[in-house]
Amino acid sequence: MQDVKQAVRQFLLDNFAMGGGVTIADDTSFMEAHILDSTGFIELITYIEETFGLAVDDEEMLPENFDSLANIEGYVARKRAQAPAA
Amino acid sequence: MSALAPDVLAIDAEAQASRIAERLAAIVGRDLRRRGLVIALSGGVDSSVCAALAVRAVGPGKVFGLMLPERDSSPQSLTRAKLVAAQFGIAHEVEDIAPALEALGCYRRRDEAIRAVFPDYGELWKSKIAIAGGREGAFNYFKLVVQPPGGALREARMPVREYLQVVAATNFKQRIRKTLEYYHADRLNYAVIGTPNRLEYDQGFFVKNGDGAADVKPIAHLYKTQVYALARHLGIPAEICEAAPTTDTYSLVQGQDEFYFALPYDRMDVALWAANHGIPAADLAAHFGIAVREAEFIYKDIDAKRRATRYLHAAPALIEPVPPVAP
Repeated sequence: MQDVKQAVRQFLLDNFAMGGGVTIADDTSFMEAHILDSTGFIELITYIEETFGLAVDDEEMLPENFDSLANIEGYVARKRAQAPAA
Repeated sequence: MSALAPDVLAIDAEAQASRIAERLAAIVGRDLRRRGLVIALSGGVDSSVCAALAVRAVGPGKVFGLMLPERDSSPQSLTRAKLVAAQFGIAHEVEDIAPALEALGCYRRRDEAIRAVFPDYGELWKSKIAIAGGREGAFNYFKLVVQPPGGALREARMPVREYLQVVAATNFKQRIRKTLEYYHADRLNYAVIGTPNRLEYDQGFFVKNGDGAADVKPIAHLYKTQVYALARHLGIPAEICEAAPTTDTYSLVQGQDEFYFALPYDRMDVALWAANHGIPAADLAAHFGIAVREAEFIYKDIDAKRRATRYLHAAPALIEPVPPVAP
């Protein structure tokens, strides 16, 4: 199984932390740490949908699902449990 | 008594108007060394007030008005803009920017992105983008709203590529307008007025090198509520003072609060004032009759927008100083 946290961390480092100097712990809030702005979050959601093959519902667009690597890992696991990938 | 008195946004309209007019005259003549002012008249309250202030600053003979409609502009906008030009005796020209936008592929590029979300989107359909989330603690995101002729509204969340392409294509409108404003400014040796109010200026609700470009922004320090007060004082036609602010950019009517601000402008004004004056979220919540948590989200949203749009205000960054021009 793909390591969700590692994949997302790399995506963030490659796209939102150019120039270096950013470390992202599992519980770092992307919002509080100013890693992502609102467009950044939309990019993140699109990345998650495409990479993990799932559809994020509008009502799921919440910090508790996406505002840290740990939250994303939990969210992806819950979604996969709901609808196991083919 | 809450720290937020109902009249925090009250202004002495006459004192404001004469102070702005005096500063504007000095900026144009002394700092910018231009002969007059170009103003694009959208038919909205901000540009109408700026036009009236420009006339007061330099006289009607030194103000040139431009109406720059395109395919998605409401016909009312032009009517209202003409009303203002006539009332203040401003020479003006109407330039339809649709052919230029057509040539640049503005509509084609926008529609291509819309069709990636709604494949059956056709020529006669209408569309707009609406903001969602944000206020309730969810992330801000954007919905595409479309309407087939005679049909019901349909909406869907936009993936990032399509969202960015629709915005990028639509931004041609503001940038082409500014290109024409500067054509006329160069031709007349005038300066260009930018018309943001404080909400727009602070929260970054403008297109960089589009409506954000200007030589002087006379009402950037005024909350929208104060701009309305000034409008009434300056005798701007009632139908302009009473109209709800729209972007007049998409074919479906789009309120500014639908596209960008989390709240209608009068509440947004109070929230921004409160944020700027260190008013605790609990006081804002009491004033609005909302939960403290919601007031906290409003403050967070204000901060987030300010941060995300800081680069829109910035001059191009330099690797090192370039003295004496940029020491």
